Amino acid sequence: MKLLTLATQDKTCTTVLMLLAAVTVVIPLCNVLTAVDSPLHFSAYTVSLVGKYLTFALLGMSLDLVWGYCGILALGHGAFFALGGYAMGMYLMRQIGTRGVYGDPLLPDFMIFLNWKELPWYWFGFDNFGFALLMVVLAPGALAFVFGWLAFRSRVTGVYLSIITQALTYALLLAFFRNEMGFGGNNGLTDFKDILGFNIQSENVRSMLLFLSGSALIISFLLCRWIAGTKLGRVVTAVRDQESRVRFLGYRVEMFKLWIFVFAAMLAGVAGALYVPQVGIINPSEFTPLNSLEIVVWVAMGGRGTLYGAIIGAVVVNYSKTVLTGLMPDAWLFILGSLFVVITVLLPDGIVGLMRRNIRGKQV
Amino acid sequence: MTISPLTRRYPLIALLMLVFSLAAHSGEAPESQPWLDALDTLKKGSMPAREKAILQLAEIKDAHNLAILQALLDGKLYLTKTDAKLVIGTDNHQGFDISNAINGASLGVVEHDALSKINLTNKMRGTLRKIIGELELSADDPKVRLAAVKAMAKDADEKALALLRERGGLEQDEAVRAAIKLTLLLQDMDSEDKGVRIKAIEGVKGFDSQEAANRLNAMVEKDENGEFMEPDGDIRDLAKAALININSRLQLYSSIETVFFGLSLGAVLVLSAIGLAITFGVMGVINMAHGELMMLGAYTTYVMQQLMPNYLGWSIILSIPAAFVISALVGIAIERGIIRFLYGRPLETLLATFGVSLILQQSVRSIFSPLNRSVATPEWMSGSWQINDFLSLTWNRFYILVFCLLVFVLLLQILKRTRLGLEVRAVAQNRKMAKAMGIPTARVDAMTFGLGSGIAGVAGVALSQITNVGPNLGQAYIVDSFMVVVFGGVGNLLGTLVAGFSLGIANKFLEPFAGAVLAKILVLVFIILFIQKRPRGLFPQKGRAADS
Repeated sequence: MKLLTLATQDKTCTTVLMLLAAVTVVIPLCNVLTAVDSPLHFSAYTVSLVGKYLTFALLGMSLDLVWGYCGILALGHGAFFALGGYAMGMYLMRQIGTRGVYGDPLLPDFMIFLNWKELPWYWFGFDNFGFALLMVVLAPGALAFVFGWLAFRSRVTGVYLSIITQALTYALLLAFFRNEMGFGGNNGLTDFKDILGFNIQSENVRSMLLFLSGSALIISFLLCRWIAGTKLGRVVTAVRDQESRVRFLGYRVEMFKLWIFVFAAMLAGVAGALYVPQVGIINPSEFTPLNSLEIVVWVAMGGRGTLYGAIIGAVVVNYSKTVLTGLMPDAWLFILGSLFVVITVLLPDGIVGLMRRNIRGKQV
Repeated sequence: MTISPLTRRYPLIALLMLVFSLAAHSGEAPESQPWLDALDTLKKGSMPAREKAILQLAEIKDAHNLAILQALLDGKLYLTKTDAKLVIGTDNHQGFDISNAINGASLGVVEHDALSKINLTNKMRGTLRKIIGELELSADDPKVRLAAVKAMAKDADEKALALLRERGGLEQDEAVRAAIKLTLLLQDMDSEDKGVRIKAIEGVKGFDSQEAANRLNAMVEKDENGEFMEPDGDIRDLAKAALININSRLQLYSSIETVFFGLSLGAVLVLSAIGLAITFGVMGVINMAHGELMMLGAYTTYVMQQLMPNYLGWSIILSIPAAFVISALVGIAIERGIIRFLYGRPLETLLATFGVSLILQQSVRSIFSPLNRSVATPEWMSGSWQINDFLSLTWNRFYILVFCLLVFVLLLQILKRTRLGLEVRAVAQNRKMAKAMGIPTARVDAMTFGLGSGIAGVAGVALSQITNVGPNLGQAYIVDSFMVVVFGGVGNLLGTLVAGFSLGIANKFLEPFAGAVLAKILVLVFIILFIQKRPRGLFPQKGRAADS
C-alpha cells in the first residue's frame, strides 16, 4: 500500500512507471513466447538497445539523487558506473576459462599477451558470481565513501567539488589506460562468452538481462522515492537549499551527504554491471569526463529533483543519440551542445518542468 | 654570387664560400695555373697521381677549392662524358643538377648517365677529411673552426695534433680554444709518460664533456677477467676522483634540465590557466569552453600560416594578436549570448559553456576535418640551445616560457593600471556596490570575459608550437587548467602562476620514477587531497569576497 502511494504521487510519474513496467515485462515475455518470425517478436538489436537505455536510466536516476536532491553536481558519476561495469566484466572474463585465444584456464588473454605469470591478487574471487555482485556495489561504494568522506568533511562544495569529481574520473581514466593496472589497458575487457553458464549472446539471456535492468530500475526508483520521503531525504533536500542553516540547526551535514553519495554510487555500479553484459565490452573510455557530463545532461533534460525526470531524460537523449548518429553522424555534437545550452538557459526544469507548467496552465 | 645546388645542401659550405670569396682576392687567385693543373691531374690521372693532386690542392686556401674538395669527399664531383668538364652534381631523382666546378656557374640538369664519378680510395678519403679539417680550422667564422676541431678530434694523428697545438696558441675565440685544449688533453691521457697522463686527467675533469667522462669510466672499469683496464693504481685513483667531479656536475645539469622541463610544462599550464583564472576567479564563471578557445587560437595560427606560407616567423608573431581578437570575440559572444542569463548559477554556467565547447569542437571538425593539422615551427624556434655536452635546452620551450611570463606581466599590468582593470577588480569585489558607483557592470563582464578568452587564444598560439593542432586540443588541457586555478586559489593570479610552475616541476621530477602517466595521476591525486585540506587553494581570498 505504501509502495503504491510512493508510485502515484503525480500523474506523469505514474505514467512513466506504468510504461517502464510494461516494457520490462512485455518485451522479454514476447520474445520468450513467440517465434523469431512472429510480428510480436523483437529483434536482438532492439532488445539490447532497450536494455541499454534502462541501465542508462538507472544511472541518470542515481545522479539525480545526488544532484537533484542533495545539490551536489558530481561530474565524475560515470566513474562509479564504470567501476561496477569492470567488476562485472572481471567476472565475465573469468568465465571465459580455456575458451580464450591462448586457452589459459586462469589468466585472461590480455595478461598472457603482456607476459603476466599469475593472476593479480585483486582478480581473486571474481570467478564467483556472488563475490562479483558484491564488488559491483562495494567497489564504487568504497571509492565514493573515501572520496566523499574527505571532500564533505572539509566542506568542499559547489564548483570546487564538481571540478575535483571531474579530476577523479580523469585520474581513473588515465590509470585504467595503463596496461600495468591489470584491467586490459586500452582495450578493456571484452569477448565475453557466458554468464552463470548461459550463453551471453543468446536471445533468452538478452531478454532476461532486459527484464533485470527494468526491474532494477523500478525497484531503485521506489527505493529512492522512499528515501526522499524519509527524514534523511528531507534533511538532504534541506542541505541542498540551505547548507549552512541545516548545519547550524545541529545536523551533521557531511554525514547526510556522504550517505546519499555512497548510495547513489552503488546504484551507478549496479547500472554499470547490467550494462556490460548487454553491450559486451567495458573499456577505459567509460571514465572520460565527457561521459559523466552527458549523464548530467540527461538529468537536466528530464528535469532534476524528480527521479522519473532523469529516466525520461536518459531515454530521450539516448534515443535521439542512436537515431541521429545514424542519420547524420556529424550533427550529434552540435545537437548535444545545443541541448546543454537550451536546457540551462530556457528550460531549467527540463521536460518534466515543461509538462507541469502546461498542466498548470490548462488548470488555470 | 649564384647559389649552386651544393650550397643549398650544405649551408656550411655556402658560408665558407661567402667568407672566402671576400678573402679570395688577397690570397692566391683561384684560377691560377698550378690549381688548374692539379684539377687536370685529378681528372685524368691514375690513383697515385690523383692523390698527389689532392695534396697539391690542399696548399691552396680558397673557398672554391674547399667546395671542390668537399664535393670530392662526398662523391659529388663528376666528369661530363661529352666534353670532360669537371662538375659538381647533386642528385634530384630525375637527373643531376650540375654546376661548373671551376667557377661555380650553374649548368642546368643532365641525365644520370651523362656523368662519370671521380672515384677515390679509402686512403684518399682519409687524407681529404684531414685537409678539409685543416682548411676549416683557419676559417674566419669561429663556429666553423669549432666544428672543424670537433671533427678532427675524432681521429687525430700526429700531424693533426701538431696543427691543433699550433692553432691553440693563436686561437682568439674562447670556445674554440677550450675545444682544442680538450682534444689535446684527451690525447695526452693515452701518453706513455705518467706525468703527462696525470696532468691530462687533472685538466680534463674541468670539462663538461661526454667523451672525457667515457674515457675516465673506461679507466676505472674491470675487464671480463676481473683485472682493471688501467694497470696503474695512481692513475686509477685520479680518474676516480675526476669522475666524481664530473658526475657531480652531471647531476647538477640533469636537475637543471628537469627544472627547465618542469618550468616549460608549467608555462604551458599557466598560459592555459590564466585566462581561466580571470573568468573563473574574477567573475566566478566556470567556462568549460576555455579549452576550445585555446583550440581556436591554435587554428588561427594554422590559418595564418596557410595565408602567408613564405613568412613562417612573421605568421607566428602576427597570429598572437589575431588569435587574441578571434578568441576574445567568440568569448564576448558567449558571454552576451548565454552566460549573462546565468549569473549567480555557477553550476548551470558550467553546463551551458560545456555545450558551447561541444559546438565549437564540432564546428572545427566540420571546417578543418577531424584530422590533426600540422603547424610549422619557424627556424628560430626549432632546434636546441646546446650549452655543453650534458645540457641542452630546446628553443621552442624556452620561448614559450618567456612568452608565458610576458603575457602574465602584461595581464597583471592591465588589471592593475588600466581603467578596465580597475573596473574589473571593483566588480569582482562587490558587484552591487560597483554598480551603485556607476560602473557599467554588464559591459565590464563582457570585457572581462573577452580578456580571459583572448588570453586563451594567445595560449593556443603557444600550444600550436608544441602539440598537434586538432579538435581535441582543448579537452586535453581543460582539466589541468582547472586544477591549476583551484590549486593556486581562485581569484589570485599570482597563485595561478605559482601553482602552474610548481605542478609542472613536480610532474617532471616524478616522471623518471613513476613514468609520465602515473606522474600525472599522482599529481591529480595530490591536488584532490590538497583541496580537502585547503579548499580555497594555496592563496585563498580573504575578507568579504571569500564568502561568496
